[in-house]
Amino acid sequence: MPDAVTVRLTVNGVAREGRCEPRKLFVDFLREDLGLTGTHVGCEHGVCGACTILIDGEAARSCIMLAVQADGAEILTIEGLAQNGKLHPLQEAFREHHGLQCGFCTPGMLMTALDLLRTNPSPTEAEIREGISAVLCRCTGYHGIIRAVEAAARAMR
Amino acid sequence: MSATGWIGKPVRRVEDARLLTGRGRYIDDHPPVANVHHAAIVRSPHAHARIRGYDLTAALAVDGVVGAITGEDVLRHTKPFGVGVTAPVHYYCAATDKARFVGEPVAVVVAKSRYVAEDAAELVRVSYEPLRAVVDPERALEPDAPVLHDAVGTNLAGHRRLVYGDPDRAFREADVVLEERFRFPKYGSTPIETYGVIATWDAFEGVCTVWSNFMGPFIMHPLTARVLGLPENQLRFIVPPDIGGSFGIKTSIYPYMALIALAARLCGVPVKWIEDRREHLLASSSGTDRVAYRELAAKKDGTILGMRFRWLDNVGGYIRSPEPGCSFRPTGNFVGPYRFQNLEVDASIVMTNKSLTGPNRGYACGHLYFESEGMIDRLADKVGLDPAEVRRRNLVPSDAFPYRTPTGGLYDSGDYQAAFDKALELAKYTELRREQARARAAGRYFGIGLALAVDPSVSNMGYVATALDPQFRAKPEYLPKSGAVDSATVKVDPLGRVIAILGTTPQGQGHQTIVSQIVADELGLTPEEITVVDEMDTFTRVWSISSGTYSSRFGSVGTSAVVLAARKLKGKLVEYGAHLLDVPKEQLTFRDGAIRPRTGKGPSYSIKDLAGRAHWNTESLPEGMEPGLQATAVFGFTVSKAVDAEDRVNSSNTYGFIAEVMAVEVDPETATIKILRYVTVHDAGTIINPMIAEGQIYGGALHGLGGALYEELAYDEDGQLLTGTFMDYLVPTASEAPTIDIAHVVSPSPLTPLGSKGLGESSSMTVPAVIANAVSDALAPLGIRITELPMTPTKLWKTIEQAGRSHAAPRAGHPRPEPNSGTPLR
Repeated sequence: MPDAVTVRLTVNGVAREGRCEPRKLFVDFLREDLGLTGTHVGCEHGVCGACTILIDGEAARSCIMLAVQADGAEILTIEGLAQNGKLHPLQEAFREHHGLQCGFCTPGMLMTALDLLRTNPSPTEAEIREGISAVLCRCTGYHGIIRAVEAAARAMR
Repeated sequence: MSATGWIGKPVRRVEDARLLTGRGRYIDDHPPVANVHHAAIVRSPHAHARIRGYDLTAALAVDGVVGAITGEDVLRHTKPFGVGVTAPVHYYCAATDKARFVGEPVAVVVAKSRYVAEDAAELVRVSYEPLRAVVDPERALEPDAPVLHDAVGTNLAGHRRLVYGDPDRAFREADVVLEERFRFPKYGSTPIETYGVIATWDAFEGVCTVWSNFMGPFIMHPLTARVLGLPENQLRFIVPPDIGGSFGIKTSIYPYMALIALAARLCGVPVKWIEDRREHLLASSSGTDRVAYRELAAKKDGTILGMRFRWLDNVGGYIRSPEPGCSFRPTGNFVGPYRFQNLEVDASIVMTNKSLTGPNRGYACGHLYFESEGMIDRLADKVGLDPAEVRRRNLVPSDAFPYRTPTGGLYDSGDYQAAFDKALELAKYTELRREQARARAAGRYFGIGLALAVDPSVSNMGYVATALDPQFRAKPEYLPKSGAVDSATVKVDPLGRVIAILGTTPQGQGHQTIVSQIVADELGLTPEEITVVDEMDTFTRVWSISSGTYSSRFGSVGTSAVVLAARKLKGKLVEYGAHLLDVPKEQLTFRDGAIRPRTGKGPSYSIKDLAGRAHWNTESLPEGMEPGLQATAVFGFTVSKAVDAEDRVNSSNTYGFIAEVMAVEVDPETATIKILRYVTVHDAGTIINPMIAEGQIYGGALHGLGGALYEELAYDEDGQLLTGTFMDYLVPTASEAPTIDIAHVVSPSPLTPLGSKGLGESSSMTVPAVIANAVSDALAPLGIRITELPMTPTKLWKTIEQAGRSHAAPRAGHPRPEPNSGTPLR
């Protein structure tokens, strides 16, 4: 077995460090080594988007990258979205518009929507649909999610 | 309904705060025991192969591996699962003698991490003797087909011919007889959270504890206990508070629960296994693919006299309980919303070298209505009536409820005509038809589809016995089955906090929210004041064989148990309050969290006050009152009875209704189907939370659309899965989700205290029918009839190309070809 390596990074504004095998997937590192189980694994081949996080401000699939690739990066996971005990406008909107049922895709969906609204603060419905097509949800039929992202965009402008 | 009226309001969900912040507790999120090790499962690469032996040497030599088990251990230490048919199908939790589908478990390696377990799993050597495979259910019944189970001697796991009324006479006397062959595809619901199991054995107490995202029914608990050779009080099932979606699929996790439990026992460590996506697509569960031959007999005025169904349901390599529910789950509603009395059902349950099947959202009803509603449209064509008019002429009339169907179903309430009218009105049906005429005149392929369905909720588990011959069921040693129950406990703690405790297994349906609304109404509180705990544990919860969260049952049976428990507790609080206030209890009422005189005058006691007194000073209780402020109730339906000697059974307990209209346009160049309008009207009785109800409808509709247009577990002729990743197995994204107009009609159920029915499966069962009918209508000028799903662009394009060569471009008033003469979609 290859030697463990040290990975140092900033997660949700906090400097973190862990040791893992070079082959360890970043999502497993987040969940197992850093105890951040809010990021979920849905397909391990980069399609379902449940594991989406922000790396240096951009949405990325944590299931198709290695932990060592995140060395030195600034990471935002679902655990860092609410600030000071207050839900982020996206979280509020998902709650208000029934944008989630089982909640399993939700962390990835929220991070994807966050990335969308940062790059396009006033998306049309079609742009929202396309933007969140990066994440598969099997519960909601996406209706509540689309309404929630629309509402969050309004609230965040 | 309570005066405070939380029921019926779109109350925001209690669950959301934790799920939105990454604090959900799913099976993979926390090790519930120390020293958890991890399993990787070795799976058959062959669709059909005899297993000659195993070599674990290299795998066991890997650093970090603590042990491995194979089919030999499974054979030695476990029994096969009971199956729902009498054929001798020996279904173990892993392959023992032969592998019968690609992905079937053959061995398990246990190691300190999943990474190491997977390294070692690659080193397990299994010696296979490949055999010929068969994947098509019709081909599997041919005399020269390879036989999967030598002990059975045929691939037919079961066969029943059910006759209701006098179908032969109906067909003899009919003016019109129509025939069609349909194919329904094999698809699942691919919950984004896959299966997960953690098992541990306490060698001293002899108790095996299994945590998993199993959704029930808990009939699988005694079934699994027998497999593991354990008395039921030594097998403990625990379900974490959050399950990441299921849609029926996680019913079928139980063989893995046995397999991982065995691995834990033989390897001597707690073992955790989280299924990966490839494993899920290869070997979890799906609905059956079906070949259906349908016949319909009618009078020339469009009155249906009878139907014949001939089904071949493909259950894969073994028949796994609760199959053959694929054929019999809708027994009571076989006739749908129509009043014809004569029916013959010929159901063959066929085993082939595909993965195993089980409940999938709309269990068996997507198949049923795709065929039936397709036949109704063919009838409309044949007799020259509008499809809406034909349906109208055959509906069960509004004054006929409760309505007993010829197959034994008891439709508790409904107003099918009103709901259908509402759907037509919302869709502006007449105007749509005019728009269609204009579109056709312009050479466009514009179609309108209709679909009506009776939406069964809360399965009566007795239906499964429909699979058995009446002679078998008549034997004195045969034990009949029936029932559909759920339980709940509501209590007030010494500080006045109200807690409701459930034994259900929600997968996103918002049980905590729904229960908080119900209890708030009963006790005059607000939903925020109610704490709802829903973590199923067979050692601590009140449960029964039919427990679980499946067959759209919570909105009907689960909520009823909560109401009864809350009312029991309320009764006790009122009695206690009356004693303290020294007034007759009839003069008291619950309002704003306090018991007070109905007149509004005089002293009152808050729940907190009552709780304090009752708990801290038991002397204050009236003579004979049991101390403690809690009540448990079990609700069961008395209309759940065992299947009778004539194969009639009330297979569900409450029955809703769905009416749908869809307009589409098909681009003949690209075979793209564009949904222009989609209206769905539901009658699920009293709606407890309209926001949650709508969420179920949106989700169900997209599941139906996935099956109709995109999703298929496709196999080649050798039994290799062709759609083993999300790159090939196409799940609809937000870009494919249609806009939906949803409306409700409310016919409260007389059988539940709130009048509510289930709604969880909803439009998953109607969308395949409504969109197939709409596309058929759009392509009618080309003589195309949809008989097979999914309607992928490739398949549809080929069909259009073929048809285009023999038909002219559409024009207004183009006469439709004779039914059955069109090019079927193959």
